[in-house]
Amino acid sequence: MSSTVPAASGFWKRNQQRLAPWLFLAPGIIMFSIYVIIPIFQSIWISFYDWDGLGPKTWIGAANYVELLDDEAFYTSLKNNILWLVLYLLAVPAGLAVALFLNQTVAGIRLYKSLFFFPFVISQVVVGLIFTWFYAPDFGLLSALIKTLTGQNIAILADERYVTLGIIAAGLWPQIAYCMILYLTGLNNINPEQVEAARMDGARGWSLLWHIILPQLGPATFIAIVVTVIGALRSFDLVSIMTDGGPYGSSRVLSFYMYEQALSEYGYRMGYGAAIAVVLFMIMMVFITLFIVRMLMRERHA
Amino acid sequence: MISFKAATGLALGYALTMSAAFAGELVINSDQSDPAPKKAMETLLEGFKAAHPDVTVKWNNFDHEGYKSAIRNFLTADAPDVVAWYSGNRMAPFVKAGLFEDVTDLWTENKLDDQLKSAVKSMEIDGKKWGIPYSYYQWGIYYRKDIFAEQGITPPKNWAELVAACEKLKSAGMTPFAIGTKALWPTGGWFDYLDLRVNGYEFHMDLTAGKVPYTDPKVKAVFEKWAELVKPGYFLENHAAIDWQDAIPQFVQGKAPMYLMGNFAVAAMKDGGLKEEQIGFLQFPEITAGIPMAEDAPTESFHIPSGAKNKEDARKFLAYLATPEAQTKMNEVLGQLPVNNQSAKSEDPFLKAGFEMLANAYALAQFYDRDAPAEMAKAGMEGFQQFMVKPDNVDAILERLEKARGRIYK
Repeated sequence: MSSTVPAASGFWKRNQQRLAPWLFLAPGIIMFSIYVIIPIFQSIWISFYDWDGLGPKTWIGAANYVELLDDEAFYTSLKNNILWLVLYLLAVPAGLAVALFLNQTVAGIRLYKSLFFFPFVISQVVVGLIFTWFYAPDFGLLSALIKTLTGQNIAILADERYVTLGIIAAGLWPQIAYCMILYLTGLNNINPEQVEAARMDGARGWSLLWHIILPQLGPATFIAIVVTVIGALRSFDLVSIMTDGGPYGSSRVLSFYMYEQALSEYGYRMGYGAAIAVVLFMIMMVFITLFIVRMLMRERHA
Repeated sequence: MISFKAATGLALGYALTMSAAFAGELVINSDQSDPAPKKAMETLLEGFKAAHPDVTVKWNNFDHEGYKSAIRNFLTADAPDVVAWYSGNRMAPFVKAGLFEDVTDLWTENKLDDQLKSAVKSMEIDGKKWGIPYSYYQWGIYYRKDIFAEQGITPPKNWAELVAACEKLKSAGMTPFAIGTKALWPTGGWFDYLDLRVNGYEFHMDLTAGKVPYTDPKVKAVFEKWAELVKPGYFLENHAAIDWQDAIPQFVQGKAPMYLMGNFAVAAMKDGGLKEEQIGFLQFPEITAGIPMAEDAPTESFHIPSGAKNKEDARKFLAYLATPEAQTKMNEVLGQLPVNNQSAKSEDPFLKAGFEMLANAYALAQFYDRDAPAEMAKAGMEGFQQFMVKPDNVDAILERLEKARGRIYK
């Protein structure tokens, strides 16, 4: 007995330092591999097949990708995704503006803050429904307003020119609230002595904001941009709720098109859907890599 | 110790397999989530339990939309004994994947070929039958009798009369046709009827089976007729933003006095405050003279998954479902027509009209999204919606559909 136990614990003792972190990481690594890493490779794998999700798979090589190149609906989705990405970033300056406006000591400011934060608390599905009614022709508030102003009845969600803009506007509402809360926490951490010193030196208004406040809000801005970019690229729920990709597919985005092709009532082309998912993944990879590189650089400098 | 482990393992395994179905328990999955279908299903189950007291029924009722994706999961993973689905091409993927049970023997045993005659074609794939149909309903133009009388319009019998009626209604400040195309499928009804009336049933079936190119001049002719209604603005503006129910108020308020729809719309119209005598029903008028009139009549059915655990009771259930009595009772509640031709007829005026029309129909189409494979249906109806917004793009739309056809029907 006494001779075997020390041998075992001897191995443990010698390697404890190296093994312990891995043991602690193991549950996370296993879960992350099963639910994130392996499915990524599975999706890439499936994208080379023609498969309806029920019958046998047929290997077709890159045919799904070749088809994508010649697919109008794919380009529409890609174009809309870019539009989302660009316009969604408006949430960052807008959130900053609201945060600066609310960062005052006035009676009842907490109430105003909660009111501004409110849209982020409600579900995206509810946001979508609210805006659908808001835009609804004949009885919607906005349509009624447009009609009294211009005399025209414009159905935003039925017009291919405005539909994506209309959905992005709905998405911006909660996203601005999110950026605002990020900036409010950032503003709380600002060094009051620096601001005081800057004021003594005669800085005020724009120059105070630009040279003193904004640099200190750097981390908040970084996070706000990251969540907004990722939020824009994976936009799905609002499109699904508000238009279902319509009218005639003009408000599709990549994630919605993938869902439509792979999983919706009229789809079940797993291979083609996977190919779209891979393209979206590649686009996201570009941004994620950029962010990670920047984060690492920051940490090295710090 | 080892024997204890093995015993618990066995017991656990036993419990797992048994939890799904007890002997004599029949598991039914379906999507009767709306009030009337739900009540009809309850009526059916009551009748079945009375006829077969030894069978316990476990009924899982799904939400209508969610069911369409759920069914693919439970058919492959943990199949119930009976499932509700649609006939025609919509069941083809499940039949081809070997997920549905062949029930041809049920049909021959119970002599259903005669009793369920009108639905034989839609239940058959590869010469075998794959389920039991229990209900269908007619499509046609519902119109406001009172407004027609006011304007001095008689129900149109042919295309020229229909266009004339539209003109008259439009000049009186109304939009002739109500429609909401956000969910796309209402456009399928229009395409079906125009194609059935312009080119006939055989051509329509060939087209939905992928045998005819969408760039065929005969298809173009359908859109030319359609344009005669689209271009002058005879459909509700902004139809792409609303669902079919959202267009009902326009019908009820008399702003759009005609509606091409299935018979289920009548309930919504009455709920909106219309009296029965205000609503009229007319068969879609003739376009090309001499072409026999075929109609749209989507059929609803129940099937046995091939992975079912209790197939014996499932067959009993389907046999009961096929009887004239069961179909009479169920359709009374549903407000639809029984498929079994020995069932008692309803006294409802719309169902009576529908029954007469369907009984004399040359042939029955299921509906665009059930006759054409799902993928083609999606591409097609999207094209129809675009056409109804931008009729001048017809050539580009048809070319896109032809490209889709080339890929889908390989």
